[in-house]
Amino acid sequence: MKILVPIKRVADPDNASKLKVSGDGGAVTSEGLEWKMNPFDDWSLEAALRLTENAAEKNARVGEVILVSIGPNDEHTQRIIREGLAKGAERGILVEAEDNTLDSNIVAQVLKAIVDKESPDLVVLGKQAADGDSNVAGTQLAEHLGWPIVNYAMQLTTADDGKTLQVQRELDTGVATVKVTGPAVVTTSDRILQPESVKNGVTPADHQYAKLEVGGRYASLKGIMQAKKKPIDTTSLGDLGVEPAAALKYTKFELPPARSGETTFVESVEDLVEKLHNAAKVI
Amino acid sequence: MANVLVVAELLEGKARKTTLCGVTAAKTIAEGTGGSFDILAIGEGAGAAAEELTGFGAGKVLKADIAGGYVCEKYAATVAAVGEGYDVVVACASAYGKDLLPRVAAKLSAGVASDISAVHVDGGNLSYTRPMYAGNVSGTVEILTPKQVVTVRQSEFDAAAESGGSSPIEDAAVTADPVADKVEFVGVEVVKSERPELTEADIVVSGGRALKSAENFTNVIEPLVDALGAAMGASRAACDAGYVSPELQVGQTGKVVAPKLYLAIGISGAIQHLAGMKGSKTIVAINKDKEAPIAQVADYFLVADLFDAIPALTEEVKKL
Repeated sequence: MKILVPIKRVADPDNASKLKVSGDGGAVTSEGLEWKMNPFDDWSLEAALRLTENAAEKNARVGEVILVSIGPNDEHTQRIIREGLAKGAERGILVEAEDNTLDSNIVAQVLKAIVDKESPDLVVLGKQAADGDSNVAGTQLAEHLGWPIVNYAMQLTTADDGKTLQVQRELDTGVATVKVTGPAVVTTSDRILQPESVKNGVTPADHQYAKLEVGGRYASLKGIMQAKKKPIDTTSLGDLGVEPAAALKYTKFELPPARSGETTFVESVEDLVEKLHNAAKVI
Repeated sequence: MANVLVVAELLEGKARKTTLCGVTAAKTIAEGTGGSFDILAIGEGAGAAAEELTGFGAGKVLKADIAGGYVCEKYAATVAAVGEGYDVVVACASAYGKDLLPRVAAKLSAGVASDISAVHVDGGNLSYTRPMYAGNVSGTVEILTPKQVVTVRQSEFDAAAESGGSSPIEDAAVTADPVADKVEFVGVEVVKSERPELTEADIVVSGGRALKSAENFTNVIEPLVDALGAAMGASRAACDAGYVSPELQVGQTGKVVAPKLYLAIGISGAIQHLAGMKGSKTIVAINKDKEAPIAQVADYFLVADLFDAIPALTEEVKKL
C-alpha cells in the first residue's frame, strides 16, 4: 500500500494567542513562535503509518508513506519533513512555494500533480491546517482526481492492500459508516489516535496501540538516525505545471478584540449563583 | 447584484436549524447587493423539508430527492448543476457543509471562504471575515473566482425567522456523478438526546478530563445540565478518554458554541478549547487550579473541587 501524506508547517498552534499582525494589517507575523508540524497532519501521518506496518512485528514496514510539504525550502520545512521521516515515512517531497501565495485551491492543484506522478492508493491528510483553518483542500483534491473522500475518519479498516476501505466518520449528529473503493482521499478526526482505530489486515486485528494523548507517535532514536539518510526531493509549482492562480485574496488581518472585563473570583457556590442570577442575569 | 443559493441540511427528512443560519447569510448578501436568494433542499425526504422552508422569503425553494444516506459524492453534482445559475452558494459550516461545499466549489471552479463570521458588502463587492489560527486572528477575504462558495459559522449567524409569504417549490434535476459509485453508505448512528443541541443552546455545561470517568459525567455533570435545561459539552481530552461521545466536543476540532452562559468544569482551557467557546456571552470556570488558562476568558471563576461544588451548584440552581 502506498500512501501520500501532505504535511504543512504551521506557527506553533499551542501559542497562537501570541501571534501578531503587521501595522497595516497586511500580514500575520509569527515571530518568536516555533514552526511545528500541523497537528491535524500529524494525526493523519499516524494513521498512514499504522496502515503500512505490522505492529506485531516491531512496526515492520509493509507499505510506503510519502510525505509532501508545500512551502519555503528552508530549515523549518526540511525539519518538519525529517520529523515525519523519523517517525517512519519512507521519503519526502518538498514543493517550493511562498506561504502567502498559497490557498486551498493551489494546494489542491499541487497535490493533484503529485498524485498523478506517484499514483498512491490513498491520500491521508489533516482535515484542516491549524493556521488557515479552512478545511477545504482535501475535498477539492478528491474532486480534481475524481476520487471519493472520507472526511473526519475516526476508524479506518482497509482490505485488499488498501483497495477498499471501511470507514467510520464523525458527523455533528453521530457517526456514519461508509465503504469506499479506492484510490481515495481521507481526512482524520482526533479519534484516529485511539488504540484500535486503524486496521490494515496485516497487524493482528486485536492489536492495541499505545494510548496517544495529543498527537501521533514519537520518533525513536533509530528512526531519527535513519531519517537523515532518507531522500527528500525538491520540486516547484512550475516543475509540476501548476498555475499559481489563487482563488482567495486576504485584504486585512486583525487580532480579535480581547474579552472585556476582569475575571471575578467568587467565594462559594452560593456567591456564584447569586452573581449569575442577579448580576449577569443568565440563570 | 449577487444571487445566492442556500444549500439546506437535512436530518431524517427535516431541515436542520443550520439551514436557517445559511439563510441569514444569504439574505445579507442578497439585500446588500440587490440580488435574491433561493433554497435547495436535497436528500431523502427533500419534498417535506422544502415545505418547511417556504416561509423565509426565498424566491423559490428547489427540491432534489435523493434516496439513501448522505455522502458528498451523491449530492455534489446536483448542487453544482443548480449552483451554476447563482453567483454565491452558501451553507452552514457544519460537518455537512464543510464536507459537501468544497466538492461543489471544485466543480464550479469557485474559491471557498469557509467558516465565515461576517459578510461585508461594499459598493456591491463582497468580502468575508473568517476566524483563523483557532480564533486568534480574523482575516478579511475576497473570493476572486466568478462564482463564490461560502460556509458560515453557526454561532455567528442567527437562525432566520419566518418572514411570511410562501415561496414556490420547484423540482431540481438530479445529476448523476460516476464517483458516487465508489462510495457505499452503510449506515449512520444518530445520537438522540432530549437536551438542546449543543450549537443551539442558551446554556452549555462542559466537562473536562478532571471528571475522570463516564460515570462522573452521568452522576455529577448531567444533573446540573438538566437543572439548567442546558446542552452538555466536553473538552477534547474528555471525548478522547471516552467519557462522552465525540459529537459533544467543543473546540477547534469540535463544535463552536456561543451561548449566553458557558460553564467550563474541570477544563484547563487549552487554546484549542478556547477556540470553540470564547465567543460565549458569560463564561464560568470551576477548577481547582486558579492559574488554569481558562481564567483568560472566564468572567467568573470558582476555585473548588468540582466533586464538591457541582452537586451543591445543582441544588442551588434547583431552588431558583
